[in-house]
Amino acid sequence: MTDLLDTNALAYSGRALDAATQAASVRRWGWWFQAEWRLRSMKAYWTSIIGTALLTPLLYVLAMGIGLGSLVDAHAGGIGGVAYLTFVAPGLLVSTVVMSGTAEMSYPVMAGFKWGRLYYARATTAASPQQVALGELLAVFIRLLAEALVFYVVLVVMGAVRPGWSLLMVPVAGLAGMAFGAPLGAYAGTIENEGPEFALIQRFVVMPMFLFAGTFFPLASMPIYLQWVGWISPMWHGSQLARAAGFGMPLSGGEVLMHLSFLVGVTAVGVWLALRSFVARLGR
Amino acid sequence: MPVIEASELTKTYGELRAVDEISFAVSPGESFGLLGPNGAGKSTTMRMIGGTTLRTSGTLLVNGLDPEVRGPEVRANLGVVPQQDNLDTELRARDNLIMYGRYFGLPYSYLRPRADELLEFAQLTEKADEKVDNLSGGMKRRLTIARALVNEPRILLLDEPTTGLDPQARHILWDRLFRLKEQGVTLIVTTHFMDEAEQLCDRLIVMDRGRIVAEGSPADLIRRYATREVLEVRFGSDRNAALVERLRGFADRIEPLPDRVLLYTEDGEGALEAVRREGLEPVTSLVRRSSLEDVFLRLTGRSLID
Repeated sequence: MTDLLDTNALAYSGRALDAATQAASVRRWGWWFQAEWRLRSMKAYWTSIIGTALLTPLLYVLAMGIGLGSLVDAHAGGIGGVAYLTFVAPGLLVSTVVMSGTAEMSYPVMAGFKWGRLYYARATTAASPQQVALGELLAVFIRLLAEALVFYVVLVVMGAVRPGWSLLMVPVAGLAGMAFGAPLGAYAGTIENEGPEFALIQRFVVMPMFLFAGTFFPLASMPIYLQWVGWISPMWHGSQLARAAGFGMPLSGGEVLMHLSFLVGVTAVGVWLALRSFVARLGR
Repeated sequence: MPVIEASELTKTYGELRAVDEISFAVSPGESFGLLGPNGAGKSTTMRMIGGTTLRTSGTLLVNGLDPEVRGPEVRANLGVVPQQDNLDTELRARDNLIMYGRYFGLPYSYLRPRADELLEFAQLTEKADEKVDNLSGGMKRRLTIARALVNEPRILLLDEPTTGLDPQARHILWDRLFRLKEQGVTLIVTTHFMDEAEQLCDRLIVMDRGRIVAEGSPADLIRRYATREVLEVRFGSDRNAALVERLRGFADRIEPLPDRVLLYTEDGEGALEAVRREGLEPVTSLVRRSSLEDVFLRLTGRSLID
């Protein structure tokens, strides 16, 4: 048995920074302290993140590039003058990253409020609710960039993408992921009770976006009355930019600006909504 | 200067006045209790002290600062033990402490040895590398208290610290809290257990439906609102109510409950004898000291635990 005095000394060591110093540090860096732990907690499924990032492009390249691609190339001579694999690879990278963004900003966010209630724990520290939200978004953004980078390297190794400027498709994919993930996180923060919301979003938003927003074929080859699916979809805007980076698909300066502003604009609105959503929920 | 000072503190949710113009002050080193049934507004009050729940009106100062304006400064001096555990169940016990400390901007060089000290304090050293999922309810609660101490705050907010724990786990936890009290830590405890309030609190407010219905030390409240002893008698549920009138003369005050009748008196044994002499033979009887439960019953006409 430890005696009483020793035990008391354990409770208070007297070595901690004083409260004012803690608060000053958190006011400045709190957003990063929050992100740091979300990233560390991903350690639990780190292998699955990397595994997915390695395996997905491998399977896609085999199926789409070599299977479907040989058919498309033989019958149509590729798409827009490039081999099908070259055309489809940037789109696959972007759409995979957007889907990871969907996964990270749906159930985990709801769980933070509802199941494990970890956001409430964080809100009782010196951090502000805004910092909790920002840290969460930042951590997911970093995780999406890491996944995009691994995906990109596999594409390069398999010869689907030529190295160089094509590296720009990595930040483009991360941005597209947040353009969908941030607003979704804002919405997830408002869900009180688990219903079919995320399953419906997966089926009726993410899947149509994946299938019809220019990942597998140019949006222009769809009837005009369906093309809006692409116009409002981060996947399409991201894929177009990624193709310009990946194989020099011709885009005018205006088009580049339009795609970029769409992604940045939607992400910014999403971040703003997520901050509001976290502040409202944590402040009740 | 009081460490916490609330004046006409109010929180409404739509029509519901969860906390209704309450005023109180807590001195440094005091153990201050908020006693009341579920829904009395205790947890809401606690969250307003931390500045996480925004108040509707009134003023509130913690260490002289408004928690809504100076949240980081206020919370850097608060350790919070919420009603529902919100540990990261995926992480090991030790990592939970380090993680939480990071949120206060504390460096790893401080946090690593600190985590070991706190695990020792919470009697969890052997469980340091266990995932939280594998800990018992009492261990999780102690880990949550250890977590609240990671930044060495001088005020500890404990929301229902022992609800759901078995008696042995409660006593271990109370012992740890006593030690904190000895260190001069200010403890703010909400509870709906009268024994917990009596054990832990120097002074408390009794809350009901968002309002303060009484304030004082446990002994003081019992003296004011109850007699020294209580005689509990049961005559069977159909006869209890019928006999109330005949029992009235044997006590200062009588409280008929559905399953028993409480007789408030200075001398319980004496009252029981007198009742028997009258020819009334209860099925069971019990003489006990008055408790805060009786105070609450007197003040609100209801019991603490529904």
